[in-house]
Amino acid sequence: MKKDPRVVFGRCVTLGLAWTVLAFLVLPMAIVVPVSFTDQYYLSLPKEGLSLQHYQAFFEKEIWLAATLDSVIIATFSTIFALILGTLCAIGCWRLASNASEAVRTFMLTPIIVPTIVQALAMYRFWIDLGIMDTYIGMILAHTLIAVPYVVITVSASLANFDVRLEQAARNLGASTQQTIRWVIMPSIMPGILSGALFAFTISFDEIVVALFITSRKVYTLPKRIWDGIQDHLDPTIASIATMLIAVTLALLLTELWMRQRRQARLTARVDTGEG
Amino acid sequence: MHASLRRIYWWLIAPAVLLMLVFYIYPLVQVLWISVTDPVPGLGNYMELIERPLIHRIWMTTLRVCVITTAVTVIAGYAVAYAMCHVGDRHRTWMMFCVLLTFWLSVLIRAFAWVMLLRTEGIVNSGLQELGLIDEPLRLVRNEFGVIVGMVHFMLPLAVLPIYSNMTGIDTRLISAARGLGASPIGAFTNIYLPLSKPGLIAATILVFVFSLGFFITPALLGGGKVVMISEYIQVSFEETLRWGQATMLSSTLLFSVLLSLALVARFVDLKKVFGAR
Repeated sequence: MKKDPRVVFGRCVTLGLAWTVLAFLVLPMAIVVPVSFTDQYYLSLPKEGLSLQHYQAFFEKEIWLAATLDSVIIATFSTIFALILGTLCAIGCWRLASNASEAVRTFMLTPIIVPTIVQALAMYRFWIDLGIMDTYIGMILAHTLIAVPYVVITVSASLANFDVRLEQAARNLGASTQQTIRWVIMPSIMPGILSGALFAFTISFDEIVVALFITSRKVYTLPKRIWDGIQDHLDPTIASIATMLIAVTLALLLTELWMRQRRQARLTARVDTGEG
Repeated sequence: MHASLRRIYWWLIAPAVLLMLVFYIYPLVQVLWISVTDPVPGLGNYMELIERPLIHRIWMTTLRVCVITTAVTVIAGYAVAYAMCHVGDRHRTWMMFCVLLTFWLSVLIRAFAWVMLLRTEGIVNSGLQELGLIDEPLRLVRNEFGVIVGMVHFMLPLAVLPIYSNMTGIDTRLISAARGLGASPIGAFTNIYLPLSKPGLIAATILVFVFSLGFFITPALLGGGKVVMISEYIQVSFEETLRWGQATMLSSTLLFSVLLSLALVARFVDLKKVFGAR
């Protein structure tokens, strides 16, 4: 059958448009990579040769390393707390499945909707009263609150696919609530918990607005250093950090893709052998 | 379910809810409270919304930038999602990969990349000058153009994902049927496909508009103090002039604008689906 030339033309236009948009998305990030190897002292593409000086600057300067450490500490603890609170909340809401618990789940999404500047201002005021300005506790508390909704969403999504009868079976066989959660529910919602963890960690590691408001000297996260670096004189060290972050993001995405493909392959294999 | 069992599940929910109430909702209420009590009780702070031309200008800038950003983002995102639904598996994986890479990459790093490219001595300008295409560097940043470019870049994945997830549910046989019955390709698209993809389009429009309204990082970095949107003005009025009354009044107004936009569209779409789709 011969294809309608109008359809072929339309297809070319759509594909061209789509890849133009995708190029707009990816190219600015791609260009950061060569810039990070520049031999110049300012931000530019390499002129005479490649150099690792800006990576050296990152690994040798106390301020960058200290900031990275601060960010890792805060992100790790916020992720742990957000995971515990968010997962328990999602399980409770899912199991109760009443109008009230639905409302609770919606309520837990508030921090996604509130503009960041508003939440930063609100926290600033209250954190002063609590005396936790410029402390790790203050930052961890703030980031836990911001990250909890994402854990609730991802865990709820994987609970939606969980067969309630499995839980009832466990209970009928004499398992306590704790045992059921630990041995039956948790393992089957692990993918949701893991992607919640990824969300929580990334959000905390990348968060800047609240950090600008509730920290000053003692706690100085990496985004705050980057923020200063961009505003002051476009420190080329940021290009090296950007490249490293792009590499990490790429690695995580590829792992996720690979794992999904493996899961799919296993699933098809099971169906083929008539196991599933 | 047994009553005692129900109680156990409420205990699972309690810690998260209590934490949210005490450390998130209470401070927000405090902001609303300060906006009507500082420096004097009353609606004095809110009168500034009507009286001060500066605040009018900032709101107009915010709305203009948000509307343009939303329009450009949703159209571009629609094109990407549409293409993704009409290519082979491998091709689609590549396209999705580009979208997800952008989605997960630090927002600060992305703003940094744009500043680096667009500033006066930046890579775009020096490249064009070396090629002899321009004599004077173009002003690409510290104006609304730069802010919109950066914002569209941030928002695009937020538009592509809901539109795409809605499109995958569209039965393409309907298009074939329309074509079989004599519709032109464009007719089939506008009369059949477009209406079916409307839920995704609406969801994307809300998401992008709501996030644009309160967006702080990219406008602040790419606007360079020249394009001041409401979020940045709140920071300025708090940090430089310490005017709590004004800062909290603007915060409350911003919060209500977001809630109002959501309430308006909640009548047309299931918002939970929009936010759960991520």
